Amino acid sequence: MSETQALESMIGEEYKYGFSTDVEYEDFPTGLNEDIIRELSARKEEPEWMLEFRLKAFRAWQEMEEPDWFNATYEKPDFENIQYYSAPKNKPKLDSLDDVDPKIKETYDKLGIPLEEQKQLAGVAVDAVFDSVSVFTSFKEKLAEAGVIFCSISEAIQNHPELVKKYMGSVVPARDNFYAALNSAVFSDGSFCYVPKDTVCPMELSTYFRINNMNSGQFERTLIIAEDNSHVSYLEGCTAPMYDEHQLHAAVVELVAMDDAEIKYSTIQNWYSGDEEGKGGIYNFVTKRGACRGKNSKISWTQLETGSAVTLKYPSVILQGDNSIGEFYSVAVTNKKQQADTGTKMIHIGKNTKSTIISKGISAGRSNNSYRGEVKINKGADGARNYSVCDSMLIGQECGAHTFPYIESKNPTASVEHEASTSRVGEEQIFYLMQRGISEQDAISMIINGFVKEVLKELPLEFATEANALLDVKLEGSVG
Amino acid sequence: MLEIKNLHASVEGEDEQILKGVNLTINKGEIHAIMGPNGSGKSTLAKVVSGHPEYEVTEGEILFEGEDVTELDADERAHLGMFLAFQYPIEVPGITNRTLLRESYNTIARENDREELDPLEFDDYLKERLEVIDMKDEFLERSINTGFSGGEKKKNEVFQMAVLNPKLAFMDETDSGLDIDALKIVSDGINKIAGPENAIVLITHYQRLLNYITPDYVHVMMNGKIVKSAGKELALELEDQGYEQLEKEFSVNGEAQ
Ligand SMILES: Nc1ncnc2c1ncn2[C@@H]1O[C@H](COP(=O)(O)OP(=O)(O)OP(=O)(O)O)[C@@H](O)[C@H]1O
Ligand SMILES: [Mg+2]
Repeated sequence: MSETQALESMIGEEYKYGFSTDVEYEDFPTGLNEDIIRELSARKEEPEWMLEFRLKAFRAWQEMEEPDWFNATYEKPDFENIQYYSAPKNKPKLDSLDDVDPKIKETYDKLGIPLEEQKQLAGVAVDAVFDSVSVFTSFKEKLAEAGVIFCSISEAIQNHPELVKKYMGSVVPARDNFYAALNSAVFSDGSFCYVPKDTVCPMELSTYFRINNMNSGQFERTLIIAEDNSHVSYLEGCTAPMYDEHQLHAAVVELVAMDDAEIKYSTIQNWYSGDEEGKGGIYNFVTKRGACRGKNSKISWTQLETGSAVTLKYPSVILQGDNSIGEFYSVAVTNKKQQADTGTKMIHIGKNTKSTIISKGISAGRSNNSYRGEVKINKGADGARNYSVCDSMLIGQECGAHTFPYIESKNPTASVEHEASTSRVGEEQIFYLMQRGISEQDAISMIINGFVKEVLKELPLEFATEANALLDVKLEGSVG
Repeated sequence: MLEIKNLHASVEGEDEQILKGVNLTINKGEIHAIMGPNGSGKSTLAKVVSGHPEYEVTEGEILFEGEDVTELDADERAHLGMFLAFQYPIEVPGITNRTLLRESYNTIARENDREELDPLEFDDYLKERLEVIDMKDEFLERSINTGFSGGEKKKNEVFQMAVLNPKLAFMDETDSGLDIDALKIVSDGINKIAGPENAIVLITHYQRLLNYITPDYVHVMMNGKIVKSAGKELALELEDQGYEQLEKEFSVNGEAQ
């Protein structure tokens, strides 16, 4: 087997999360109209203002065009054919692990998700979103002691309406874009986190999203608020079973950081990516944005994106507060016929704001991997600084890597620095390492790890091993 | 130590032979030089001996310490003690020299039931080996060959050899691209490494190198074969006369043997 073939077989390791779980679902009609939205809101027993929010977003969405400016081609989702609400029948209102439907729990066990004690010892609080509904949140009590609210967004709507009302849509307005509008109209569940003033969240927060039901879309909504001088680190993980049909995942994540607050948001995305021929797989169309509202605040996005058939995602930071910091660390891996168009936007408004972008794209198979980044420096952003690096690595001859950096500076005191490189994992590199006694598999692993380590070291420690394991599955597997 | 018999090789999947029947025997303690015009197959020979997957051996065999290694992968040959200093050392960004060498050293040690070195022991060992070719320790923390100057890359190959201590090293034009001082330092280093238990094959275009390192044998390669072998005086002869005379003799353009 030649090195290229070996590489391709390694990177093409079978998707091991592709099982589906037999759970009974509540019936809910497919299709999208105002009645559906009313029905959805009613099932969730939402207050009137929430329904109004949804309907307004829906009306806006109806007037919008599906975007097509990105570097990806795919069959557009059929919005009439999606089930906008999908809840396991035996779920609601759980206080402990024992109350979770055993089948769902089994699923999470198979995924190796840290619901169980070992991880609780590690101090990780988990919220698990199965299809559309949040199944449970562990560790609620310990968090409550610290004053941190961590619950599903549905619960927050019921129990903390003033916070949700104040912040939801304040960073990503319903009209922001086509998919954000759709999400605002039909979002099903998601996570909510509020960290009060002068509080360091006592543990890593984490949410696992899983789409199980074949026709359901997942539209989760996440909102994290860090008050003055607080600190929180949040991680989301995503998997889905293998189906021939594409499934839509259109999430909205909003982060708000006040004075001296810091939010670290990490993603390990491993949705099913479709087969060799591009059949099936998730459409991952996500709007993620953080607002550094306060001075000296900091928002940092770290993502390891390995799954999905099509990914369109640009986690961004609006740097309003003086001296605020935005960071984006990304590893995006595409293989087979996957397409990813991902990157970030850093919008500098406050003085002496600073942003760092480190993007690493790995493309293999016949995939297409694009980085798209925008750095915008407004007039008043004296002394703003940006540093961007985007590196691409190609494995094999049939994949593509592209970079689209946009820089717009309206302030002469600002400095923007952009570096980019493209390299190919060559047979020569592998031969070189093998000549030094290193096995083919270790050689590939070393090259890939060397390429991404700058980003992976940004992941919370507790999850670093999970990230490495995932990369190993995606990039190594068996050498034959 | 190394016995190459009637070796024929081509690029995998191609008909055209690059090596057309190479015979070469190397005993331990010996230094050999291989010279020959551009494109005659010197680098290909070194790569085929090292197990480069791009080439296919179509006839003949390679024996290393009596064992047929023709079908072994490159890493397995390295474990046996074979080393190649590349004519064009490869850049591998993201992996430091130190990481590579520790991984290599310990893998080879493990395969040979020798003791592995822990990071501190290994650091001491590296420091000592740096002295062999007078290399600065800042190179340890740099990514393999990445951004190195041409000469630095060549020196780095010799440094790696000094660390891994192979039984047999092919050094492919290690002298090309070195400045006068570096050539002297690198030659001194190679002389220090050379000993009764190992063997070195120098591929070179220049007699100059052989002023510093005295070969036991000089071979001339042409059109995929070794056409002449003699003692070190052959290098001087070639320096004087070029390859023209030999070329006529061996009719490299035609099929005549
Ligand atoms: N991978 C390859 N694909 C095609 N041709 C090759 C390949 N490798 C070697 N060759 C050809 O084989 C011949 C021998 O090449 P080789 O690099 O071994 O020459 P050399 O003797 O080392 O030359 P130089 O002195 O210039 O380094 C050349 O004609 C070269 O073009
Ligand atoms: Mg050569």
